[in-house]
Amino acid sequence: MARSTTTNSKVIVTIGAWLVGFLIFFPILWIFLMSFHTEGDAIKSPFAMLASPWTTEAYQAVQTQNGYGKFFMNSVVISVGSTVLALIIGIPAAWSMAFVPGKKTKDLLMWMLSTKMMPAVGVLIPMYLGFKVTGLLDTRTGLVAIGTLINLPIVIWMLYTYFKEIPGEILEAARMDGASLSSEILYVLTPMALPGIASTLLLNVILSWNEAFWSLQLTTSDAAPLTQFIASFSAPEGLFYAKLSAASTMAIAPILIMGWFSQKQLVRGLTFGAVK
Amino acid sequence: MGKIVLKSVRKSFGDVQVIPSVDLTIENGEFVVFVGPSGCGKSTLLRLIAGLEDTSSGTIEIDGKDATSLPPAKRGLAMVFQSYALYPHMTVRKNIMFPLKMAGMDIEAATKKADAAAKVLNLTSYMERKPGQLSGGQRQRVAIGRAIVREPAAFLFDEPLSNLDAALRGNMRLEITELHHTLKTTMIYVTHDQVEAMTMADKIVVLQAGNIEQVGSPLDLYNHPANVFVAGFIGSPRMNLLTGTDAQAMGATTIGVRPEHVDISTTAGKWKGIVSVAELLGSDTFLHVNVEGHGSMTVRAGGDVNLRYGDAVYLSPQDSKVHRFGADGKAIA
Repeated sequence: MARSTTTNSKVIVTIGAWLVGFLIFFPILWIFLMSFHTEGDAIKSPFAMLASPWTTEAYQAVQTQNGYGKFFMNSVVISVGSTVLALIIGIPAAWSMAFVPGKKTKDLLMWMLSTKMMPAVGVLIPMYLGFKVTGLLDTRTGLVAIGTLINLPIVIWMLYTYFKEIPGEILEAARMDGASLSSEILYVLTPMALPGIASTLLLNVILSWNEAFWSLQLTTSDAAPLTQFIASFSAPEGLFYAKLSAASTMAIAPILIMGWFSQKQLVRGLTFGAVK
Repeated sequence: MGKIVLKSVRKSFGDVQVIPSVDLTIENGEFVVFVGPSGCGKSTLLRLIAGLEDTSSGTIEIDGKDATSLPPAKRGLAMVFQSYALYPHMTVRKNIMFPLKMAGMDIEAATKKADAAAKVLNLTSYMERKPGQLSGGQRQRVAIGRAIVREPAAFLFDEPLSNLDAALRGNMRLEITELHHTLKTTMIYVTHDQVEAMTMADKIVVLQAGNIEQVGSPLDLYNHPANVFVAGFIGSPRMNLLTGTDAQAMGATTIGVRPEHVDISTTAGKWKGIVSVAELLGSDTFLHVNVEGHGSMTVRAGGDVNLRYGDAVYLSPQDSKVHRFGADGKAIA
């Protein structure tokens, strides 16, 4: 059905949309521009959007003094490790809930989701003590473990939704063709659900990458990821706006680039099965 | 080999009893068709044999061995699904090779077998395509190819032709029948289409509400239906079933007479009626006649009969061809 829209209203809506988009993007732009200021300019009031002189001083300082590389590696290991581990556990779990559901499957799914409704700080003390006793404090293993647990409900929910779209007859055909359970999941289910699995992977890597609460509480230096790196610039000795901004830009950049290149996959995965 | 024996097989989903108790023997090499209206449990019965559903009680023997609790992969059966159930991410060749790969056959031998099967099924030029690029008939052939490479003890077909158009359905019917002649392997075929059942089967199993109503050869069932249900279900157009005084006069509760066993005349006969619809098929004419006291009856007349809507006619059953059924619905010998 054709909708009657005038050129005027189209222009207004377009401008409005760009405005909203800009508003959402503004903090990132602000951080980005701020990172090229000198530390002195950065705290000046009124604040100048564009730096003069334009300098990469803050980046150099951040890199040499604080060692971006170590934090970056920790972030990669923790986000990718926890997501992959969550997928390894989540794929068989989602398989069983999607294809051989029991009476309590729906309740189980709701229960898993409900763990995401609880404020994380509510279990901070027992988790912290648990980590301390087991010697997992400030270790990558510890952070991968907690990242996996945080991701697992979302991973299972997303996979469950994608798996539900796959006709059960195809899996039955695989069973008739002599496939064992593991072959069925490996050769038939996983390749068919690949778009869904890929978007689950991407989304959870992004979520883990940005996760700050647990990484700030449970790491100090050895296993500290980029969120800790950013936070270290708001130290008791004062705020270092330019360095903080440079650190933030460097922390956001990898995931932004990854997201940019995988946006097609992400969108396809998130709308998977919406239209046959 | 492929002898399958069902002993007191029962299946219920929760409180719903789908199959109360079935005993059935399928001989090696037989083409058996399970036929019945939708919801009669024929697909469930096939899935029980396949192992895709667990029996609630009873035993299933395949070649003399108890297979009741074996998983589908270990039963040595192959199945062709209504939806084809091809692996959409694999090429035709990989689809056909999949069961061989699962059986641990080396790639070279598996490729050879897949290519040989493809040749039989005229799929050679499509081997590198994905299922999405094939027509319905080709997809069904791939599904059959995937089934035959395994050299199974028996083939299970679950309404394999329902998604095809009428012309293709006719062709595939012939192809599957020919395949049975060539392979001589046991085939169990589920359909709701009694024409498929009649044309393909060595043995038809008629099911209703999970119970076997009758087992026999197509002509057995056609000529000697065991009860009113089978009489009404087998044969197209349906048998005319009459109750009332005419049935009582013949010592039955219900009498049945097939459309081709009713004589039609414009001058005299047992029942008087008015033609409501004349279906001209060329070779035959099916006349639907509104008979006083009995409602609509179907009569098969020659292609050259000149009767049309509104014509008054007289119908008479051929007495020797009348089927008689008692109050319990069973045939009276």
